[in-house]
Amino acid sequence: MKYAIQVNASPNDSNMGYSAYQFIKAALKNNHEIFRVFFYHDGIYHAFKYATPPEDELQMTKKWTELAKLQGVDLVVCISAAQRRGLLSDDEAKRQGKVDQDLAEGFRISGLGQLLEATLLADRFIEFG
Amino acid sequence: MKKFLFVMNNSPHNGIKLQEKLDVILTAAAFDQKVALLFLDDGIFQLKKGQHPEKQGLKDTASIFNALEIYDVNDIYTEVESLQERGVKPSDLSLPVQEFYRKDINELMQQYDIII
Repeated sequence: MKYAIQVNASPNDSNMGYSAYQFIKAALKNNHEIFRVFFYHDGIYHAFKYATPPEDELQMTKKWTELAKLQGVDLVVCISAAQRRGLLSDDEAKRQGKVDQDLAEGFRISGLGQLLEATLLADRFIEFG
Repeated sequence: MKKFLFVMNNSPHNGIKLQEKLDVILTAAAFDQKVALLFLDDGIFQLKKGQHPEKQGLKDTASIFNALEIYDVNDIYTEVESLQERGVKPSDLSLPVQEFYRKDINELMQQYDIII
């Protein structure tokens, strides 16, 4: 089964993002395909490179980066939701005259078309948060 | 083409969740998908007539709903109980709505491929 996932909650407000992560791990383990994970609303807070929680706490951004690196999961952050909240990619940071980019490794920034495409091409679409 | 049902259950003018949801709705419509909206709970206030959020410096989301017709979004549903519990009549709403009883919402949802 091919899944598209949307994550709407920030890592600090709820565990919905972590639930999504656990679902994805379980799905992959059972030979399902994760077509794409789309981060929207406050879900984009999962993609901040400089998020530095204390070491004994859940390291969500790191977990997503590993998932992208090791299992090739496509992690897409919505550009308009990201810009509203101050998360800029390299290109966008330059264009807006900001000094740095904040996007963590393994994520890419794109538009809502990527969400729509995912819902259309996947067998199942699940929203977390 | 897939059939999308957007569940509108948040009150308006409370953060930017509604604006962001409207962006997804317009994107789905622009992708020529079949789009319907279901207003539930405090979400019914999104359609309440006579709002002036711009006076508070907030975005006038009601005008976006009025533009939905241009995108061929004409299936607007609401729940009888959500209206009754809040003392709102269908005539208080800015769009014509089809009303469903709570017991029939499940059946309505089953007609759609994607529920957001």
